Amino acid sequence: MQKEFKGRPVIAGDIKGEAVVSRQGVNTLATFQKSALKKKKEVICSDQNNSDIYNKLLTGKILCLPKTIGSTTGGMVLHTVSALGIAPAAMLFSESIDSLAAAGVILADVWTDSTIVAVDRLGDEFLNYVQDGMQITVAADGTVTVE
Amino acid sequence: MNYKMKLTPEEEAILNGSQGPAMAKVIKTLVLYGDAFGAERFVPVTAKGHLVTSFGISILKPVFSIMDELIDGGLKAQQPFTVDPRPIDYDNVKCNPLEKLIFNKILYGMQAPYEVQLKKLGLKSSKSFTCTCYMDEVGNVPEKGDVLSWAESSAVVYANSVLGARCNRNSGIIELFGGILGKVPEFDLLTDEGRKAKWIIEVKTSKRPEAQVLGSAIGLKVMEDVPYIKGLDNFLGTELTDSVKSYLKDMGAATASNGAVGLYHVENLTPEAVESGAALINDDAKVYVIDDAELDRVKNNYPIIWKDKNAQPERCFIGCPHLSYSQLCEWTERFETELKKQSKTKVGLRTIMTSAPEVIEHFKKDNKEAYDKLMGFGVKLTSICPLMYMNNPLCGKKPVITNSNKLRTYTTSRYFTDDEITEIAVKGGF
Repeated sequence: MQKEFKGRPVIAGDIKGEAVVSRQGVNTLATFQKSALKKKKEVICSDQNNSDIYNKLLTGKILCLPKTIGSTTGGMVLHTVSALGIAPAAMLFSESIDSLAAAGVILADVWTDSTIVAVDRLGDEFLNYVQDGMQITVAADGTVTVE
Repeated sequence: MNYKMKLTPEEEAILNGSQGPAMAKVIKTLVLYGDAFGAERFVPVTAKGHLVTSFGISILKPVFSIMDELIDGGLKAQQPFTVDPRPIDYDNVKCNPLEKLIFNKILYGMQAPYEVQLKKLGLKSSKSFTCTCYMDEVGNVPEKGDVLSWAESSAVVYANSVLGARCNRNSGIIELFGGILGKVPEFDLLTDEGRKAKWIIEVKTSKRPEAQVLGSAIGLKVMEDVPYIKGLDNFLGTELTDSVKSYLKDMGAATASNGAVGLYHVENLTPEAVESGAALINDDAKVYVIDDAELDRVKNNYPIIWKDKNAQPERCFIGCPHLSYSQLCEWTERFETELKKQSKTKVGLRTIMTSAPEVIEHFKKDNKEAYDKLMGFGVKLTSICPLMYMNNPLCGKKPVITNSNKLRTYTTSRYFTDDEITEIAVKGGF
């Protein structure tokens, strides 16, 4: 069964991919730091405090989350993993995007050749519905289809 | 490019490349950032900048590329800026040969070239490396109403709350762009509406709460919302003395790291609360009561994430954020009293206190007696960032104790109150 949600595109794009879901705020630095430090070709989440996504592959996935939390280096970290080509393909926020995540996806969009598609304000129902491994289609107008 | 912000003809021209491609990308980034938060216009930055990125850490190569692009485009911050602390100081924070190798070659191998980039972009001076740029000695103290482009969370919350300046909780790099353009998009904490409190915090403790635990409790509860704190003036008084400002610095850093607070008001004490009082509180504000039991609950819930939970501490960090002059004097007295109590002359644990370079100079010069005493106790004084020092796989394995809730949050270090950590540091263990 497929279900449709409507959000606001922050960085618009048409994309399809597999969901990885965090029900809690994603600490950007803690999540991406280890893979970036070790110059890995893929990001495996290294935040032990986030059992939802710890040890899961994030590169190329569609990361579904309420918002990001943690250090104000967060935006730079997202920009960095995007520049390195190991970022999630998209970030779908149930809440309004926070200033650190917004900075990250915008820096990636303007200053790198790759893009992290970002849609926010998808609502609690979206985050309650979506599960790891579900197929997600994101349209440039912020429509998100989960199946 | 489609955007919603209302730009002046000059800003629009910059967006279209009138000041070169690098500047066009700077303003494009800020316009998209403003649009994401419903900003209608840019407002001028009215005080010096402060950057969160002080470390030449090799994983941030793409950030260094942006800096090169800015420099090549002839861009520079419109006002000089200070920057967060350096990550290493081998003289005062000992490292073994393997740690030195990792720091020099892998982690912070870009430190020297990065500092060259910072100078080219407008770094105030080679001493301007501290998270507490708002100390008088450092010379980056905004005035009430100033609009800032900062990102360091502990500095943002201090500037907004204690000084009454206006700054959003920005990400690194965004703050540099605001400094270069000399303008920031106006939203959230830059507006009167965004500075209103969504929470009332009622402090009902039997004694002055530990700043770091009170800040932690508030941050964990309100997250990014603005709290209006009642009852704290019973313990702190109604005057912003050096000692009170130091308390608020530590409390604020904990609210910002344990939650994401960018501004708090303290009734009868902080400038906007004194000026506007309860008018700062939203009608539908929620209430959170903090008493002794609640502080105990919060503190007892901090996880111990040392590999060996029964290990003895190897190192003690005091000063995250950096200590003020009055705190350096207070800590010297605190150690002196505890050493006498334990009939000792030197601390038993490698103890490192951190403070801004210019504050340490002030301490050395104007209270030499206390400085000599502190050095005689075996305490080291440095200007590094303990968080940057700890935040790597090697140092992260060490059993470190701290009185900083920010350091506890972002590293494996264990938190203890000021009294507890003094006793442990002098004794040399638990």
